[in-house]
Amino acid sequence: MNIFQILIEWGPYLLGGAAITLGLVASALAIGFIFGLPLALGQVYGSAPIRAIIAAYVWFFRGLPILVLLFLFYFGIFPVIGIDLPAFFVGALVLGMRGAAYQSQIFRGAIQSIPQGQMTAALSLGMTPWMAIKSIILPQSLRLSLPGWSNEYPEILTDSAVCYAIGVVELLTRTSQVVSQTYMTMPVYMAAAVMFILLNYAGMWLIQRVEQKIAIPGFGIKAV
Amino acid sequence: MDPTLFLTQILVPALWQGLIVTVELVALTAPFGLLLGIGIALGRQYGGKGLSSACAGYIIFFKGCPLILLLFMLYFGLPSIGITLPAFTAAVLGFILCNAAYNSEYIRGAILSIKDGQITAAQALGMTRWQTIESIVLPQAIRRAVPGLSNEFIYLIKYSSLAYMITVIELSGEAKIVATKYFMYSEAFLAVGIVYLALVTLTTYAVHLLEKKTAIPGMSQ
Amino acid sequence: MASEYILRVENLHKKFGEREVLHGISFNVRKGDTKVFIGPSGTGKSTLLRCINQLTVPDSGQVWLDDDEITGCGQKISTFRQRIGMVFQNFNLFDHLTALQNVEIAPIKVLKMKPAEAGKKAMEELCRVGMQDWADHYPAELSGGQAQRVSIARALAMDPEVILFDEPTSALDPELTREVLEVMKELARGGMTMLVVTHEMGFARSVATEVIFMEGGEIVEQGPPGEILANPKHMRTREFIGKISDQ
Ligand SMILES: Nc1ncnc2c1ncn2[C@@H]1O[C@H](COP(=O)(O)OP(=O)(O)O)[C@@H](O)[C@H]1O
Ligand SMILES: [Mg+2]
Repeated sequence: MNIFQILIEWGPYLLGGAAITLGLVASALAIGFIFGLPLALGQVYGSAPIRAIIAAYVWFFRGLPILVLLFLFYFGIFPVIGIDLPAFFVGALVLGMRGAAYQSQIFRGAIQSIPQGQMTAALSLGMTPWMAIKSIILPQSLRLSLPGWSNEYPEILTDSAVCYAIGVVELLTRTSQVVSQTYMTMPVYMAAAVMFILLNYAGMWLIQRVEQKIAIPGFGIKAV
Repeated sequence: MDPTLFLTQILVPALWQGLIVTVELVALTAPFGLLLGIGIALGRQYGGKGLSSACAGYIIFFKGCPLILLLFMLYFGLPSIGITLPAFTAAVLGFILCNAAYNSEYIRGAILSIKDGQITAAQALGMTRWQTIESIVLPQAIRRAVPGLSNEFIYLIKYSSLAYMITVIELSGEAKIVATKYFMYSEAFLAVGIVYLALVTLTTYAVHLLEKKTAIPGMSQ
Repeated sequence: MASEYILRVENLHKKFGEREVLHGISFNVRKGDTKVFIGPSGTGKSTLLRCINQLTVPDSGQVWLDDDEITGCGQKISTFRQRIGMVFQNFNLFDHLTALQNVEIAPIKVLKMKPAEAGKKAMEELCRVGMQDWADHYPAELSGGQAQRVSIARALAMDPEVILFDEPTSALDPELTREVLEVMKELARGGMTMLVVTHEMGFARSVATEVIFMEGGEIVEQGPPGEILANPKHMRTREFIGKISDQ
């Protein structure tokens, strides 16, 4: 068998793995966003104890290797507290919780880079603080956060492969399966690498499209 | 098993062993990762068409390919084309290749941020292209790249854990072995997590001191 | 009983840390008044304006709008801020919104006006400041004078009873200053109640109903512009006016 035959035979299986990887990454990004934004708001506007708790969360999740986090939650914490989830969900959750720590710092930087005067002006018009955050501060800071996402996406994408270690059947796991079935080691690994790289480019292209779509003249040039 | 005994007799000695391996991995990778990163950045920026695109391709591949897949290639893949590397060597090689790709991007960004006037002034003094790069561009660029480079160094500490996936028993490997053997998953992984946190926090602090020491008045951003 | 004053400020004190920057400021404002505040920088003029709409909370003293006390009103403060417009030295236009959106956002969000109605209102206010042709431009695309006129329209769209101007032309060159002052003069003629911190003596002379000279967190002297600007009683006022007329 040559590599072309193998790719024809196993290509769809690998592509399926790429789709699972994409699902894993998308879930992780979504979880990271849903938790990261409140964390950022808490860190900017919260009381001292809230800020301290969030800072500790961020410190913990950013300080541990993804492999250790996956092991810790999959073998340790989740079973202990009685959460019994399939590996895929554990992977998405752990990548997502860690993503929340990173994303919260992206959002925080963006929020803090908005000049004080924007909030002052909003309040002077009679907006409540929450109204001002929602309709003035967040629309601006989310725009400024997008460039930060161009670091976040590739990182989560490449880290998603580490979920192999807890048995998530994603692209790398399927790649290893194909390798052990076909003994075509290097070519199959290379094919997987190309798929990861293409996924990377596709995501970056999408982020850039969104950035162009929501761009505002003269705004965000000083991006964070 | 008695918790104190488990901690003092089993866990701490195991993690100590692992720590030594982790430090070795990082210490062997970092200098070469930096040198190769500088080389790639210079090649990308100042090389001819061929070299420049080769460097661009290098960056695309090694930034886009998950590190764990790269390690699999080096350790499980290379033997199929007749190259067999010991696991430790494969790990260090993989880390260097990957680390250099990221470092080169920071250095290139810093090179691009150097004002044209600096280069014009050097050329006006009669410096050659290489002299200009070596004595004006690089010293400024590397200083400016320090925040990014130190960030990569911290990533390297954390990603060195992936060596375990190709059988190098470093910190997380030791933790995994102890955890499985004594069925103490949370304890072992929390403990190793604390070690990583300590490493990362100490490094962040050290880098901060270094940045302060090497700062040139008025040149910070 | 309805007070004869639309705005009353009584004995305001404000400290930042150890430093007291307002030492008991009191004055009253009638409907349609234009009060001009002058004085060296660092004197507490901005702090005073910000204490009026509680962007800075004073340590003691009261502010009344009509018969309602603003100070110590708690959550209700945003309802007072709806009735008091503010215009800033550096405009503070919302950078992610067009000129028109800047003007209509508060009516929509705060007053819950229907977007179509708010849009119409916003367009009227933009016309009033001569910015109707720039409605779809973003703040970064406007000159300083244009941006300031939009920010005046933004304040006007809330139909405020009083507008506070904190050095509205200090960031502008003379040409652009003139176009903003024209708009403000027009407002004053139309009967708007205005508190204006400015160093534009021409504006004070022609528009102010009263000029208040502040220094060191106190009102040193106040009176009609003819009196204060032409022959101030206090030494300090004389010195200050001498200095800024030299420029
Ligand atoms: N938020 C603040 N915190 C601490 N000090 C302040 C603050 N705002 C103003 N100040 C100080 O109060 C004094 C008066 O400031 P300000 O009201 O801005 O004066 P003016 O507008 O007359 O120039 C200044 O010395 C200023 O430094
Ligand atoms: Mg001021």
